[in-house]
Amino acid sequence: MITYLFSFLSFLAIMFALMVVLSKNPVHSVLYLVLTFFTIAGHYVLLNAQFLAAVHIIVYAGAIMVLFLFVIMLLNLNKETEPQKSVWLKASAAIASGLLLVVLVGSLRGADTIVATNAFNPNIGLIEKLGKTLFGEFLLPFEVASILLLVAMVGAVMLGKRSIK
Amino acid sequence: MRDWRGSFMTLSVLLYDIQTFLIYKGILAVAVFGITLVVAMYSTYAERKVAAFLQDRIGPNRAGPFGILQPLADGVKMFMKEELIPGTSNKALFIIGPSLAMLTACMTGAVIPWGPSVTIAGEIYPLQITDVNIGILYLFGVVSLGVYGIMIGGWASNNKYSLLGAIRASSQMISYEVAMGISIIALVMCTGTLSLAEIVEQQKGWWNVVIQPVGFLIFLICAFAETNRAPFDLPECETELVGGYHTEYSSMKLGFYLFAEYINMFISSAIISTFYFGGYNMPFVDQLNLDSNVLAILGVVFLFAKIVFFIFLFMWVRWTIPRFRYDQLMNLGWKILIPLSLLNLLVTGVVMMWGEIIKLF
Repeated sequence: MITYLFSFLSFLAIMFALMVVLSKNPVHSVLYLVLTFFTIAGHYVLLNAQFLAAVHIIVYAGAIMVLFLFVIMLLNLNKETEPQKSVWLKASAAIASGLLLVVLVGSLRGADTIVATNAFNPNIGLIEKLGKTLFGEFLLPFEVASILLLVAMVGAVMLGKRSIK
Repeated sequence: MRDWRGSFMTLSVLLYDIQTFLIYKGILAVAVFGITLVVAMYSTYAERKVAAFLQDRIGPNRAGPFGILQPLADGVKMFMKEELIPGTSNKALFIIGPSLAMLTACMTGAVIPWGPSVTIAGEIYPLQITDVNIGILYLFGVVSLGVYGIMIGGWASNNKYSLLGAIRASSQMISYEVAMGISIIALVMCTGTLSLAEIVEQQKGWWNVVIQPVGFLIFLICAFAETNRAPFDLPECETELVGGYHTEYSSMKLGFYLFAEYINMFISSAIISTFYFGGYNMPFVDQLNLDSNVLAILGVVFLFAKIVFFIFLFMWVRWTIPRFRYDQLMNLGWKILIPLSLLNLLVTGVVMMWGEIIKLF
């Protein structure tokens, strides 16, 4: 049952991710990306990590993608305003991404020999466990990360100010 | 609650249990859905009656006694109107917009405990569709998705006014979600749980509004902003934006948007009652020594009484206070509510840890 759900969700995730890249309209791309995030949240639920799933939806689908959509709608991108790339640029992009594909396939060829070192613990994603781990074992990295975010926010505010008196 | 769920897990091998479980959950889900729609339907009637009362008019009184059939007449009118899809709009997204608004509005009811457990033939049936251990986060996630319906609809209309309305809605909702989230965090710190059933159970004595008065005020203001109700109804501000994000909509698609607003209002009232006003609890009811099933029914009645009061409050404010200007709205959100909610969070933390802080000195 869970295997079927996993395959179904993975199929959806890959399909929506492809649609993000393939759709011509940027607003459609953003909406497909939101759907991709939903399927990834579904994967978190399959791993019994409801907290991560909920936070994933709130942060990515509920906040970040809304801002993306916001900006794209304000810019009103469409076919007329789409920048036209030269043939050379398109060819070099195709070659570069083809090489990346080769690297990825090469590195994933031996993937079936990788075995999970820790047994799967279904309680690991529950919120009590997660909170205790974050505020106990990983307190310093957690606080450093929060300071990093604060610094980024202050920096963004400073850049956004028109003039500093 | 937990025992019942655990026992379900172990017994689920028996087909019989799965059947009763599915039937019971199905009935509950359909009942919650139906009640939500009926309450939203009669909220439209109540809104017009309250407006009439506050403006010293009579209000609708033609359809049925006291105009009680007015929502049905409105519904029939909505269904019968001509359905227009603007030629230049994005058709699929134009239809998805109002559907999404309706979907996110209806999804929230799933985690709200509508009453105490009912006991039938020795089996305990909680009146809550699902008690997930991240109930509050689920609510918050669904609320944060609510903006998509408006944004998609406003953009797909291919109309400047709609787009402006949609952009106003999204920036307003993002801004007020922050303050709302921080006020909820203060509440979670006090209750120590994210499950709504447990939050309600803890309020058998004191209601949370006594513990978190500032948090409640912030949450209430943010609820007004999140539902796009006056005085924060700038996304559909008639004097500036024609009809805002639903300018191009007609027939039942417009009905869906209007209806979603009333459902949101009902759900917000239910959430405010659950978080801060004891949910289905009422003081001194435990002393009456009533049967648990009678208590369950009474609990549902109490919850709905609280909900009706808050719906009335929503309408009362709408017909009393004029609309904000947009910069005032943003200043209130970012410069007053967010610092206030952070301060509330800090004070809550200090009060909770006072014993530990004293020991340091």
